[in-house]
Amino acid sequence: MNFVPNTKKEREEMMDFLGISSITELFEDVDAGIRNKDDLKLPEPMSEIEIIDYLGELSSSNHNMQDFACFLGAGAYYHFIPSVVDHLLLRGEFYTSYTPYQAEMSQGMLQSIFEFQSMICELTGMDAANASMYDGASALSEAAILAAKYTEKKSIMISKAVHPEYRHVLKTYANAFGLKILETEMENGLSDIKDIKTKLNDSCACVIVQFPNFFGNIEELKEIGDLAHKNDSIFVTNVVEPISLGLLKPPGAFGADVVVGEAQALGNPLNYGGPHLGFMATKEEFLKKIPGRISGLTLDTSGERGFILTLQTREQHIRRERATSNICTNQALNALAATIYLAVMGKHGLKEAAEICYQRAHYASKKISDVKGFEMRFSVPFFNEFLIECPKSPKEINRTLLSKNILGGFEVGKYYEEMENCMLLCVTEMNTKSQIDELVNAIAEGLP
Amino acid sequence: MKLIFEKSVSGRMGVTLPKPGVPKSDLNIPEEYLREDLNLPELSEIDVVRHYTSLSLKNFGVDSGFYPLGSCTMKYNPKINESIASFPGFRNSHPYQPEGGSQGALQLMYKLSNYLCEITGMDAFTLQPAAGAHGELTGLMMAKAYLKKKGEERKNILIPDSAHGTNPASSVGCGFDTIKIETNRKGTVDLEALAAAADENTAVLMITNPNTLGIFEKDIVNISKIVHSHGGLVYLDGANMNAMLGIVKPRDMGVDMMHLNLHKTFSTPHGGGGPGGGPVGVREFLKDFLPAPIIEKKKDKYILNYDVTNSIGRVKPFYGNFGVMVKAFTYIRMLGSQGLKDVAENAVLNANYLMRKLKEDYLLPYDVVCKHEFVISGENQKKDGVSTMDIAKRLLDYGFHPPTIYFPLIVKEAMMIEPTETESKQTLDEFADAMHKIAEEAKTNPDIVKSAPHITPTRRLDGVLAARKPIVKYKPSDSDV
Repeated sequence: MNFVPNTKKEREEMMDFLGISSITELFEDVDAGIRNKDDLKLPEPMSEIEIIDYLGELSSSNHNMQDFACFLGAGAYYHFIPSVVDHLLLRGEFYTSYTPYQAEMSQGMLQSIFEFQSMICELTGMDAANASMYDGASALSEAAILAAKYTEKKSIMISKAVHPEYRHVLKTYANAFGLKILETEMENGLSDIKDIKTKLNDSCACVIVQFPNFFGNIEELKEIGDLAHKNDSIFVTNVVEPISLGLLKPPGAFGADVVVGEAQALGNPLNYGGPHLGFMATKEEFLKKIPGRISGLTLDTSGERGFILTLQTREQHIRRERATSNICTNQALNALAATIYLAVMGKHGLKEAAEICYQRAHYASKKISDVKGFEMRFSVPFFNEFLIECPKSPKEINRTLLSKNILGGFEVGKYYEEMENCMLLCVTEMNTKSQIDELVNAIAEGLP
Repeated sequence: MKLIFEKSVSGRMGVTLPKPGVPKSDLNIPEEYLREDLNLPELSEIDVVRHYTSLSLKNFGVDSGFYPLGSCTMKYNPKINESIASFPGFRNSHPYQPEGGSQGALQLMYKLSNYLCEITGMDAFTLQPAAGAHGELTGLMMAKAYLKKKGEERKNILIPDSAHGTNPASSVGCGFDTIKIETNRKGTVDLEALAAAADENTAVLMITNPNTLGIFEKDIVNISKIVHSHGGLVYLDGANMNAMLGIVKPRDMGVDMMHLNLHKTFSTPHGGGGPGGGPVGVREFLKDFLPAPIIEKKKDKYILNYDVTNSIGRVKPFYGNFGVMVKAFTYIRMLGSQGLKDVAENAVLNANYLMRKLKEDYLLPYDVVCKHEFVISGENQKKDGVSTMDIAKRLLDYGFHPPTIYFPLIVKEAMMIEPTETESKQTLDEFADAMHKIAEEAKTNPDIVKSAPHITPTRRLDGVLAARKPIVKYKPSDSDV
């Protein structure tokens, strides 16, 4: 199979037209000395039937959340995805299109991007948003770069309560972009405001916290934002579980200048970690500093409303060396999924989903705390994730749970040594009461 | 067409969710942290379906018709890719689930990396980068770390003037300076200019081959030698790999590091601007700088190795755009060695055939055998007052997606055309006919071209207005400009 439609006869006609007798003649500019002498060593080609069998088998050797009670979150969330999302995404006019450079032929994508930007602004309380970024971590890193350029300062202050892998990515970017990272400590599961106060200095371009933070806890955004602003630093809030914004006040209401994050939870499957999608939203004053595509409203020659990629002088294909970022391809189809998701969930659906998450997570946390030896590590408000201190190694507990088709929480010791005996549990609207009860029974059962 | 917000009807619902079904807890979130209002639309399911179906009908994809957007490789995206990526064990697997329950995913990534090594001749790949530009950044970060390790302070990245805009943008991002290398009259890198620019300050040459004129850099081996002789690295922007599959391996061109675009060469759909996949391949001596984790095979188990000596660190949480990898894997396994070579050969045949046909009406600034794409100029038509932009817009009326226009920057009134291998002779003939008609119209009735498009959902849109008075989100008051 090669998906080439032309027949041998058609190819011959084309070669006749070109006056050549073999396609090889078209490759004469490739020096014979470097041309491949042998066939590529790849497995024999497969038919569609064979590949379905083969990859079907590979797929089923993977855990699939449909077969488990999943209490694993930590930056990737198993949420309900209404059927309409996938059906609409698979419309070929959407998913086989390129970036909408030719506006008149891409109104569908451009309008949906405009709707995405609007919805992200509404969720975050911001004035402007872009068409998407690779993921939450690259969005966060780009926010740090934006802040450094805008303030002409070099230090990025970030709380240790931000997702560890996001901080790793930020570190990689910071090394390349010549930025310095200043990490701040935690106190009872929240960013330590005293530590932020102590460490803030003239070199801080921005202060970054996560809301809710990596441990599911609700940060005191108001206080942190005020400190950042007093220091003339940009206040960046990172949102990784945006369903929470159905219940929580948007970061914009607490003075956030830039809100970045991950919108996988909105209508996108887990996909073993990707594709997910990042977003960036800002206050009006940063509009021309935002990286990536932006869809804007305009008029056509007959005065009708339409949409077009706008402010393109920020972008690499126009500005080259002086672009705000090198980003080109983003995660457009994932953003479309998020848009359709938010449209069908709507005002009430998202709020309701957030409430179910909250209620079930709090029920789970209470029940687990009732089991002897298990305790809530922190005593602060949380949304749908919480850290449990366990009487034995979380790894061992997870092994027991797995044998009962329960995927336990994230073993945070991987990234926080001091929390080696802790497990980060996540509860969503996909976890029924009976799943939670089974989880509680299973962890109680394994104890002496 | 109305925005989704403008279709909202108070009280309408699109989903039914279960009751929480647990004893109710009081909200222990402080009052001032609770949301008061959420102005998302209120719609029924059918409202949403009709809205986005209507929007899809105002969009154009490869499924709709010919999409010769140069450098973007808009080939057909096999439907089987989508079916397989949605297998539950791929779609619904959690990135933090135990390795033991991720063997299918890890095996797929491990094998995909190996296939990409075989296709390119590189020694190792990271699958983390989410797109081509992300791959470039990753590659340059590795180059920077490598040079630093060697104790060398090299500041310059050499970039041919025909390069994609992402190349200079990525370079500057990594703190390098860029030096532009001119293209000669044959449409390839000027060796003298390169030799003059390359010195002990050269960190990397970023080269695209075939270049964006669609011309194979015949002197690539010498080009690499010049850079290497000064201790610099050669980075290949693999966006145009479609012409090279099974024909030549970048390693044999002297390339040290490169990225591929899974969403171009390996048939994964562009999705209206992503998700993509931009894996980066390197030679052995750069392997230790790859982003961690890398996937390894220990006995018969696949594992994630986080212990990479000089790793630049992560460029992405988790492992990359896995769903995209599944599609590229499917494609490679269905085509095999011969199939991939067929791709390159047919892509190049199609491009040369179309180039020869268009040459009758349009200026062909570099009249040599092309690879997967070629660049014509609208300069002849410009004499009649018809610009390349006008021609592009007129093509919309004929039902074709226009080529990439005004790029590469070194050709005036450029139209960069990449037909890909998945188009039939018949389609190419129809496109050539349309281009011929437009060339005729430019002479006999230029106004019809200049005022195009005429039959698209909207007439020509005002880009200047959009930028001058940016409206980038819905506000009930000013949704009418």
